[in-house]
Amino acid sequence: MLAVIVRRLLQSVLVLFLMSLLVFVGVYAIGNPVDILINPQADQADIARTIAALGLDQPLWQQYLIFLRQALSGDLGKSFAYNIPAIQLILERMPATLELALAATTLAVALGIPLGLWAGLKPESWSARLIMTGSILGFSLPTFWVGLMLIMVFAIGLGWLPASGRGPTTELLGIPVSFLSWEGIRHLILPAINLALFKLSLLIRLTRSGTREALLQDYVKFARAKGLSEARVLGVHVLKNIMVPIVTVIGLEFGSVIAFAIVTESIFAWPGMGKLIIDSINVLDRPVIVAYLLIIVVLFVLINLAVDIAYSLLDPRVRIDEAKG
Amino acid sequence: MRSAQTPRARIAADFARSKLALAGLALLLIIVLIALFAPLISPQNPYDLAQLDVQDSRLPPGSASGKGLTFWLGSDDQGRDILSGIFYGLRISLGVGAASTLCAVFIGLALGLCAAHYGGRTDSVIMRLVDIQLSFPSILIALILLALLGQGIGKTILALIMAQWAYYARSVRSAALIERKKEYIEAALCLALPPARIVLRHLLPNCLPPVLVIATVQVAAAIALEATLSYLGIGVPITEPSLGLLIKNGFDYMLSGEYWISVFPGIALVLTIVSINLVADQLRDVLNPRLQK
Repeated sequence: MLAVIVRRLLQSVLVLFLMSLLVFVGVYAIGNPVDILINPQADQADIARTIAALGLDQPLWQQYLIFLRQALSGDLGKSFAYNIPAIQLILERMPATLELALAATTLAVALGIPLGLWAGLKPESWSARLIMTGSILGFSLPTFWVGLMLIMVFAIGLGWLPASGRGPTTELLGIPVSFLSWEGIRHLILPAINLALFKLSLLIRLTRSGTREALLQDYVKFARAKGLSEARVLGVHVLKNIMVPIVTVIGLEFGSVIAFAIVTESIFAWPGMGKLIIDSINVLDRPVIVAYLLIIVVLFVLINLAVDIAYSLLDPRVRIDEAKG
Repeated sequence: MRSAQTPRARIAADFARSKLALAGLALLLIIVLIALFAPLISPQNPYDLAQLDVQDSRLPPGSASGKGLTFWLGSDDQGRDILSGIFYGLRISLGVGAASTLCAVFIGLALGLCAAHYGGRTDSVIMRLVDIQLSFPSILIALILLALLGQGIGKTILALIMAQWAYYARSVRSAALIERKKEYIEAALCLALPPARIVLRHLLPNCLPPVLVIATVQVAAAIALEATLSYLGIGVPITEPSLGLLIKNGFDYMLSGEYWISVFPGIALVLTIVSINLVADQLRDVLNPRLQK
């Protein structure tokens, strides 16, 4: 077990190293770092001072070490647009993104598992076919296009829900959240549906194929032969056995929900990290871009690490394989 | 008479069994032809400023322009015909999608075959890279690259290649590992054929069917990803707008009820993606030997 964790940790460090190298090469070697890191509106004396402070007059490998040291100490420069430290700016936006991602994941799980169970139980019924067609559309339609359609129908056409923004937030343990006020929930509904759609389709398909396989197993036949109620057969015997892959996928996909939040946040003007990075790219606010890239990579490495460890805890077969290999 | 059929005729006959797939193929052909011949069939060259008139801006579908042209799908804020914009936009969207997929397939084939053939350290280095790549969602990889490199068609294609090659490398490797254990490869090895010949003439052709299926699905995914990146304003430049950028341009007007600037390019994008997916779905069934009777 410990060996698994150590090996995963080493791999994570390797990924972090590679990504820091990639960001460094992108910022320092391909582009002109003076353009990238220094506000174009600064005057000559300012530019000279910053070049010395950033060590841009030193050889490349030393610059990389300076870059690493600054990144590790959490100092990645101030945002040109907001004039506050880039890291602080991003961390301020993180709760909004996490709330949206959690809302979308909850929605996908709450709808996806029952719909998938239904489609797996009655694969030939018209309702199951409808669910499966819907899930194919959910897979293939681009997220941003679905978002636009949601805005067009529910915000502009019917006028039921707001098209953009987060609305008022309530403080919960010092973190601003939307879901505690009705107005906040109204703002959350459309972005959460938009972001949930892809995961929903995935969960429906996964649950459906799991259910169809489980129904053919002897333990289900036996449970039915014992005369257990259909609800108990499904809720306990089937569901319990298909949960391991579903839980894994939910965990693994949480990272991709955060990545796709970039798209949803931009469409619905949701003030999270994703909208911030797109806005920063559009106004060339480079310290924020660099800081975002590093933070998102760290976040992903942590999520992958957590999922890997959780997976080897949940599934004994993985542990045995690892011990052998 | 099935035994007299060539494999190609058998595949075509199997493919034609699904009406939906045939409809998808027909739609895809029309879309590709439109993209190829866009300059000939467009009512207007949307990028020739001399042909545009600001007075024609944001006209609803079906209205006539000052120059006698009918805007069947309306016009945008620059007085451009939306229909012509879509025809030209399809060129960019399909071109970027196809070019990036081709390059990614090529890289994936080369690395996957290398990993399977050489094994050992080469294999583990390549597969470790693939693992790292696949632990990040493709949109994030494309975003990281474009954030560092800036906008541009070439850069967008590069970002899409980087976001996709790992899928091919992984599936080529696993297909090649299975094929390598079969007797015809053993026979080729016994004949002491040069390794290059074994890999290219024996292994490669037999690894192609699964790659073909993934590639068709991935073209649709690449087109959708490109549209998303361009919609976010970090993909193709404004001078060569793809469908995603056309949709972005109309978004602000959509809020004031002028839906056509965004919606019609959006429909074109969705039709393209759905038709490719219909073809890919049937292709997967046809090329899967396990489903053959």
